[in-house]
Amino acid sequence: MSKEHVTLVVNGQTYKKDVDSRMLLSDFLRETLGLTGTHVGCEHGVCGSCTVLINGKSARTCLSFAVQCDGFEITTVEGLGTVNEMHPVQQAFWEKHGLQCGFCTPGMMIAAVDLLNENPNPDREDIVEAVSGNLCRCTGYQTIIESVERAAELMRNSERG
Amino acid sequence: MTKPKNRRTPASRQREGANQAFKWIGKSMKRVEDPKLLVGEGRYIDDISMPNMLHAAVLRSPYAHALIKSIDTDEACALEGVVAIMTGEDVAKSTGVLPTFSNPPVEQRCVAVDRVRHVGEPVVLVVAESRYIAEDALELIHVEYEELPVINDLVEAVHATGDAVLHPDRGNTNVAMHRCFTFGPVEEDFNNADVIIKRNLRWPRSGAQPMETCGAVASYDRGMEKFTIHVNSSMYNYVGWLLAETLGVPVNKLNIVPVLAGGSFGSKIFLHKVPVIAATLARECGRPVKYIEDRIDNITACDAHGPDRIYECELALDENRKMISLRCEVIDDYGAYFQFGLGTHANALSQITGPYRIGSVELDVTAVLTNKCQQGAYRGFGAEVSNYVMERMVDAACSELNMDPVEFRLANYIQPDEFPYYIPTGNLYDSGNYPAVLSKAMELLDYKGWRRKQEEARREGRYIGIGLAACQERSVFSATEFWMLNKDPGFTLTSSPESVTVKLDQAGNAVITLYSPFWGNSPETMATMILAEQLTLDPKNISVIYSDTDQGLPSTGPGGSRYTVMIAGALVSASAILKIKLLKIAAHILEASPDDMELRDGKVGVKGAPQREKTIAEVAMQAYLFRLSLPDEPDFDSGLVASSTYDHPLATLPSEDRSDLGIFYPIMGHMCHMPVVEVDIETGQVKFLDYVAVHDCGTVVNPMTLDGHIRGGTAQGVGTALYEEYQYDNQSQILTASYADYLIPTANEVPPEIRIGHVETPSPFTEFGIKGGGEGGRMAAAPAIASAIEDALRPLGVKADFLPLTPARLRGLIRESQHSKE
Repeated sequence: MSKEHVTLVVNGQTYKKDVDSRMLLSDFLRETLGLTGTHVGCEHGVCGSCTVLINGKSARTCLSFAVQCDGFEITTVEGLGTVNEMHPVQQAFWEKHGLQCGFCTPGMMIAAVDLLNENPNPDREDIVEAVSGNLCRCTGYQTIIESVERAAELMRNSERG
Repeated sequence: MTKPKNRRTPASRQREGANQAFKWIGKSMKRVEDPKLLVGEGRYIDDISMPNMLHAAVLRSPYAHALIKSIDTDEACALEGVVAIMTGEDVAKSTGVLPTFSNPPVEQRCVAVDRVRHVGEPVVLVVAESRYIAEDALELIHVEYEELPVINDLVEAVHATGDAVLHPDRGNTNVAMHRCFTFGPVEEDFNNADVIIKRNLRWPRSGAQPMETCGAVASYDRGMEKFTIHVNSSMYNYVGWLLAETLGVPVNKLNIVPVLAGGSFGSKIFLHKVPVIAATLARECGRPVKYIEDRIDNITACDAHGPDRIYECELALDENRKMISLRCEVIDDYGAYFQFGLGTHANALSQITGPYRIGSVELDVTAVLTNKCQQGAYRGFGAEVSNYVMERMVDAACSELNMDPVEFRLANYIQPDEFPYYIPTGNLYDSGNYPAVLSKAMELLDYKGWRRKQEEARREGRYIGIGLAACQERSVFSATEFWMLNKDPGFTLTSSPESVTVKLDQAGNAVITLYSPFWGNSPETMATMILAEQLTLDPKNISVIYSDTDQGLPSTGPGGSRYTVMIAGALVSASAILKIKLLKIAAHILEASPDDMELRDGKVGVKGAPQREKTIAEVAMQAYLFRLSLPDEPDFDSGLVASSTYDHPLATLPSEDRSDLGIFYPIMGHMCHMPVVEVDIETGQVKFLDYVAVHDCGTVVNPMTLDGHIRGGTAQGVGTALYEEYQYDNQSQILTASYADYLIPTANEVPPEIRIGHVETPSPFTEFGIKGGGEGGRMAAAPAIASAIEDALRPLGVKADFLPLTPARLRGLIRESQHSKE
């Protein structure tokens, strides 16, 4: 299997690695870098659990090869915040019970971050549209939508603050 | 049916009543599970990694029914990076049959030997240095099959013989079991009936499909001759030991370690194939092996498809329009194996007559085997189907006799003063207030307002429907449900306990050990709230861990909406032990009598003397490190640790002849769902305009998480009612093996807002009066949505007698009805 040399900036840190050309970005993040917060649910691009930001736009890592992302910047859930310093989206999901089993949550939050970066004042329809490509089997989505509304509010408040 | 004279209801073992001023119980609390999950630090099965670990992949059968003639693995073996390849025959040399709860058993192995019985059944295992290489190797394996006749249709399955029989060693038939149970004077009631309503109903094969598949990481220590298996399975401290039997080792040579499960909804209740595959390969290779199902593996072979049934039902009413008897003949397609036997029908018999005063019932059930993935558990475990059946029959009666669906239900409900109430099957309903739930739902919805809007819309040619389903949510199962419908009962287990250990450490913090896993619910938050309540601790000083089986205590695990009730019971016991010790030590230090002591806000003090007190931390330090300051009596031995086991609060045995199934699922929740839908008759699309769900789960512990269960369950019910089905073609090739074809509702398909209400009728039998609440959403949503669609299309006379009512199918029904009217 041919190896390719790649350089990726993941959560602000630069990684230079030799990877198999067929290695999925999801496996690169999870296995090569040990960033297991990105979850793999279907491996065929439907469920959205494995969503990360690639150069600021949400994308599915199960449909991307690591080599395709040479030179790109990636943000995973580990890059959003920590337990003591949560990203507003993480805070809001906690407050509004936007998760139960937590498996789809990283991908769902990344989809929300992508939306809020583009549109700080989304209405309900914008939010439904933004998360409608991500499956959640636990919540019925209502509290996820409320979480994103709350996150938008928190982000607006912190900008004002 | 009222209480028979010879029946004695066991006395309540409740210690903590519902009528108390609670500090934590009943108030929404943010989940303590969440921070780690939100920052990507949860540890699910695929996040477990071990040094030197190998990866497995499974070659699956492309045929639904065939003999395996030969397997050539030479080319695959030669591939660099492949470590071992095992066929079914190889596996059978070291590993036995999988555990099953049916009797007589239907033999199942983790890898097929000689014959495959469904598409996706494992045929060869490959283990390699990476999953990529393992999957490469699958393509180099050559298997020669000889096709056999395929059984796809559940009615044909009843009559199939010869080569079409899946398990010839069990006889020349695909009928796994046929039983008929009669409870009460069914024949007499039907003879005396004024009206008999008949319906044929169809419940589709759907499944839990949690976002995380099943997986295991196993290792085998050759020095200790011992397995360690990490697996996302529940019930590991209950029946996990059976895997040792399969692996051919003593039970104390298998340690099962739980991990967070990324959802289950029943489907991970007891994993058998996946952990056994990983363990078998680990022993073969002498290295740790990870096996994670991919989504196709999971859809085709997870052993957890839901019920797949056709019903012929008859409902008898007397001249006063009271329902008096129900008769159901059902064929249930169990797929290729029969792991849980008729358990899903036993489950439904706990509440088969719903919230109604129906005095007799008959169930004739034929379980058939077909060339499909086998059934397992999915949120409701069969009782979600009987809810649909009961409510369809009630709607049918209302529609045929032109009765108001609300008035008819109110007139047939078991009344609040009739509890505890025995239903004809012998199960007991502990408590309830069904009229209160219905009236709250109507008020929340503005039922009358919606009826007016419906009329206006009809005049505009729009089809709006208001659904109504009033259903039971039985909770806290007793183990008798697994075997009591067998002809020959087999292994008649009757325990379903739950244990906890609570340790107050030297600094007065608490660690709670649970013996069952996290599978998406909120066990840590719930246990934290209840312990904080009992010991007046601050929740932030409580943490929760999960025990493996080596240190396991008797525990069953989440399932059947039992976990909160059972953990609360065990925590009441354990905290009582700790409280006594805290009071004794503090009494000694403060030179008071233990009888005069009390716990108050994290302190132990003398009643009526606010100054005379010690913090729990101070007392804990004494308990651990100052033994010689305390009396020389065993009560004062070092430490503050208590383990307690709580058994089922209210269960009895079935009668020998099964005319009385005993009390086996008595903690009875109830809910009323009222969706409002609009059907586009041109496209068959169903849109939610409103949705109200009122639940009575007794005393509510954490309203926020209970509401989460209700909404999530309802969304799954939307899937069952409108979109989801594992479809097989007539050769039993699965047509829905990916999420492109198996359609789970997205944010677009669910009701925009599910408005929730609660009625709290506490159980007189459980601690704090709590009832289970994990399944009710799904258990009411499907009948409620079917009812709403039928109501919307009433002018066209369309019947919602089968599910899922996909747009295409609904459009078909509308077209048929329009043609028949022309």
